[in-house]
Formats: sequence, C-alpha cells, structure tokens
Amino acid sequence: MTHFTAVLFFALFASVVFGITQRETPKRMVHYGIYCFVLFAGSAVVLSWVMFLIAR
Amino acid sequence: MATAPNNTAAAKQDSKQGFVYLPLIAGWLVPGAGHFLLGKWYRGALLAASILGMFAMGIAMQGKLYSGAHDILDILGLVGDLGNGLLYVLSRAIGLGADQAQVTTADYGTRFIVVAGLLNVIAAVDAHNLRTGRKA
Repeated sequence: MTHFTAVLFFALFASVVFGITQRETPKRMVHYGIYCFVLFAGSAVVLSWVMFLIAR
Repeated sequence: MATAPNNTAAAKQDSKQGFVYLPLIAGWLVPGAGHFLLGKWYRGALLAASILGMFAMGIAMQGKLYSGAHDILDILGLVGDLGNGLLYVLSRAIGLGADQAQVTTADYGTRFIVVAGLLNVIAAVDAHNLRTGRKA
C-alpha cells in the first residue's frame, strides 16, 4: 500500500463517520461526507507539495 | 385513522423506554451496535464498515496496539485504542497487533487503530444523542 492509498482510505473512513454523525438529514450527510473527504485528501496533496518545495 | 398518530407516538415512546445509556455502551463495545439498537440500520452498517475497515487496515499494516502507558503519548494512544471497545480486547486476547512498530507502514497502522477508536467513540455518542432525542 502506498502513502496515497493509505491517505485515501483514511479520508474515506473518517469522512463516512463525520458525515453520518455531524449532520441530521441523509442529503446533508452525503454532502458533508464529500466535503470532508475532499478536505482530507486535498490538504494531504497540498501539504505534500509544500514539503516537496521546501525540501528542494 | 385518527389513532394512527397516537400509535406512532406510542411506538416512539416505547423505544425511548429502558436504559438510556444502552446505545452509547453498545456502540462503544461493538461499532455500529448503538445505531442498530435504535433501528438506524444503514447508518449503523456504514459506521461499522468504516470503523472495522480502519481497524482491520491498521492491524494489516502491523500497527501497534498500546498495552501500557509509559509516557503521555502512550497514554493518549491507549485511550484511543480503548475506544475500539471489544475489538481492542479481542485483538489483544488473540495476539493481533505488533508490540513495537518495526516496518514503515506500522506507524500508519498504529494511527489507523487509534483513529478507529476515536471514530467509534464519536459514533457511540451519536447513538446516545439519537436515543435522548438531541438529534433526529
């Protein structure tokens, strides 16, 4: 398993739990879950690029 | 016809009787069980799949199961692991999980196990909120 695969699984599982527990209606749960997933995965990608550029 | 709403209200009232902390405790011991007790089958199944999946991946990555507390980080890790409820107890009993992180992925696995426990606590509290009516 690669770093990125681990990040995606982590984001998926955490987003499902956040979505279900932090919102009340199914539609809002799905939206919030997707929002969390994008933030988890997106921030990992952005921070990875920041660290890459710092390390050059 | 006029009694249908009353019957529904009575059924809801029946489901509200009993030990109020049962969904909280059940949800902590078994991921998703709190929601199952309240009849939230899909939510419970998704929560169980997510938490069990994260825990299983942590074990598969040879993550460490905290067994003792030697410093503050160990204490926090142990608290997180205990959030897994019976999963933690069973895994310790059958010897799953590494004592020390020995491969690179084991660090990730250790975090997966801790976070699975924390997510399980969130899910159990959500079941409690559903039970008390704080959440619809």
